[in-house]
Amino acid sequence: MLFDILIAPFAEFGFMRRALVASLALAVGGSSIGVFLILRRMSLMGDALAHALLPGAALGFLLGGLSLPAMSLGGFLAGIATALISGIVARFSSMREDASFAAAYLTAMALGVLIVSMRGSAVDLMNILFGAILAVDDAALILVVSTATATLVGLAAIYRPLVVECFNPGFLAAMGIRGALYHYLFLALAVLNMVAGFQALGTLMALGLILLPAVAASFWAREVWSMTLIAAPMAFASAAVGLLVSFHAGLPSGPVIVLCASLFFLGSLLLGARASVRARLSRPAHLRG
Amino acid sequence: MSAALRLVDLTVTYDRHPAVHHVSAEIPGAEMTAIVGPNGAGKSTLLKALMGLAPRIEGRIECTARRIAYLPQQAEIDRSFPISVLDTVLLGRWARFGGFGAASRSDIHDTRHALAAVGLAGFERRPIDTLSVGQFQRVLFARLLLQDADLVLLDEPFAAIDSRTVADLMEVIKRWRAERRTVVAVLHDLDQVRRDFPNTLLMARELVDAGPTREVLSTENLRRARAMAEAWDERADACEAPMRLSA
Repeated sequence: MLFDILIAPFAEFGFMRRALVASLALAVGGSSIGVFLILRRMSLMGDALAHALLPGAALGFLLGGLSLPAMSLGGFLAGIATALISGIVARFSSMREDASFAAAYLTAMALGVLIVSMRGSAVDLMNILFGAILAVDDAALILVVSTATATLVGLAAIYRPLVVECFNPGFLAAMGIRGALYHYLFLALAVLNMVAGFQALGTLMALGLILLPAVAASFWAREVWSMTLIAAPMAFASAAVGLLVSFHAGLPSGPVIVLCASLFFLGSLLLGARASVRARLSRPAHLRG
Repeated sequence: MSAALRLVDLTVTYDRHPAVHHVSAEIPGAEMTAIVGPNGAGKSTLLKALMGLAPRIEGRIECTARRIAYLPQQAEIDRSFPISVLDTVLLGRWARFGGFGAASRSDIHDTRHALAAVGLAGFERRPIDTLSVGQFQRVLFARLLLQDADLVLLDEPFAAIDSRTVADLMEVIKRWRAERRTVVAVLHDLDQVRRDFPNTLLMARELVDAGPTREVLSTENLRRARAMAEAWDERADACEAPMRLSA
C-alpha cells in the first residue's frame, strides 16, 4: 500500500524518475540561491528577473522551435541582459533598482508573449509559461544537474565576499574589494538557476522552488550556512511530495510542487524557531540576566 | 608632530552639489582629532573620501597611514542579517585571510580577546540581531581592534549610545592613542570633544577652523559654522574656483 503510493510511481515510470532527479538538483542548487536572494532583499527582483527570461526563451523558440539548448541559451542571455541593464540604469539615473527591474521585466514579458504567439500555439506558450517537469528528457536533466553543480561550486567560491556584500557592503569596499563584481557573479548564478527551473516549472513559477524553501528556512536558522542546509531538503521534499500528489490526483505537477513549498513556508511561519507566530505568541519565562 | 593626513583643496560632490567644498587641512599623527559641524556639513562624506568610498573628489588627499580602519554609521549595516558576533568581529582580520583564505587558530583567539576587551566575553555565538545598539557598537569596536590600523576613522561612534558604553569605548580609543595610532572621529557632543579630543576640525561644507580644540571651538567659530549652514543654497551656480583636472 505504502509502496504503491510512495515508490511505485517512480519505479514504474521513467519520466517520474527523471522528474525526481531534476527536482533534487533544482532543490540543492536553487535553494541556496534563494537564501541569498532573500538576504539581499531581492526576492521580488529575482521574480522579475525570472519573468525576464521569457523573451530570450521565446526568441530561441522562434529560431529553433521547442529545442532546449536554443531556449535555454536565449533565456540565459535575456536574464543577464536584464540584470545588467537594470543595474546600469539604476547606477546612472536616480531610478531605484527595483523600479528599473519592474520596468525591464514588464517590457520583457510583453515581448516574450508576443514572440511566442507569432509562431507557436497556445500549448507551446503554456509550456514556456508553466513548464513541464514530467517532460524532462536527458538533455534537460544534464542541464539541470550541471547548473546545480556550477551553483554549489560558484557559491562556495564567492561565499565570504558575497555574505559581507549583503551584510556590510561598506566594509567590503573599505577592504578594497569591488562588491559589484560579486553581486553580478551571484546574479549570473541566479539566472542560470532560473533557466534550469523554467524548463521544469515555467518562467512564471521558476522561483517557487528557489525562494519559498529559503523563506521557510529563515524562520529556523540563525546563520547563512545553516539556512541553506535547511532550505535544500525542504525544497526537495516539496518537489517529491508535489510529484506524488500530482501523479495520484492527476493534477499539473508544477503548481502542486510550488504549493507544497508554500505549505513548508506556512508551517515555518507558524511554528518556526525565530520570528514566527509561535515565537511571538509563546511567552517563555524570561531569563534572570 | 607630523601630519598623518593632509587635505589639499578637497572638494567632494554628490550630483554636482559639494558636500565638502575646497577644504585644506592637516590632521596630526598619533593624536585624537574630532570632526565637528552641523548636520549636512560633509563630515561623514569627508571620512568616506578618506576611505576612497566617495564617488567624485577633486583636490588631493595625502595619507601616510599603511592601514586604515573605518567605523561606519550603524544605519549602513544590515543588523537583521543572520551572522554571529564571532564571525562579524573576525572580519577585522580580512587583510590576513582575504575573501577566500581560512581564519587561523590565532585569529579566533584574538577575536575572543577583542570581544573580552570591549566587555562582550561569552557573546561569541549570539546572532547580531539579538544585540542592543550599544552592544552592537561594542562588536564593531572589537572588529576595529582586530584591524590593527594606524589610522582609525569613526563616524558618529556614540550616536544613540548610553553613557556607560560611551565611557567604555572611550577607553578603547584612548588606548589607541597610547599605542600611537591616529584617531579621527565625527562627533556631536561638544563637551565630550573639549574633554577628550585635543584637536578639532570644524567644518560646514567649507573649513571653518582646524587646530587645538580650545581655539577651534570658540563661540565666534561656532556662530560662523551655524551661519554658513543656514546660508546653504540648493540651487547654487557653478563654483567659480578653477576646476582641477583629476589625474
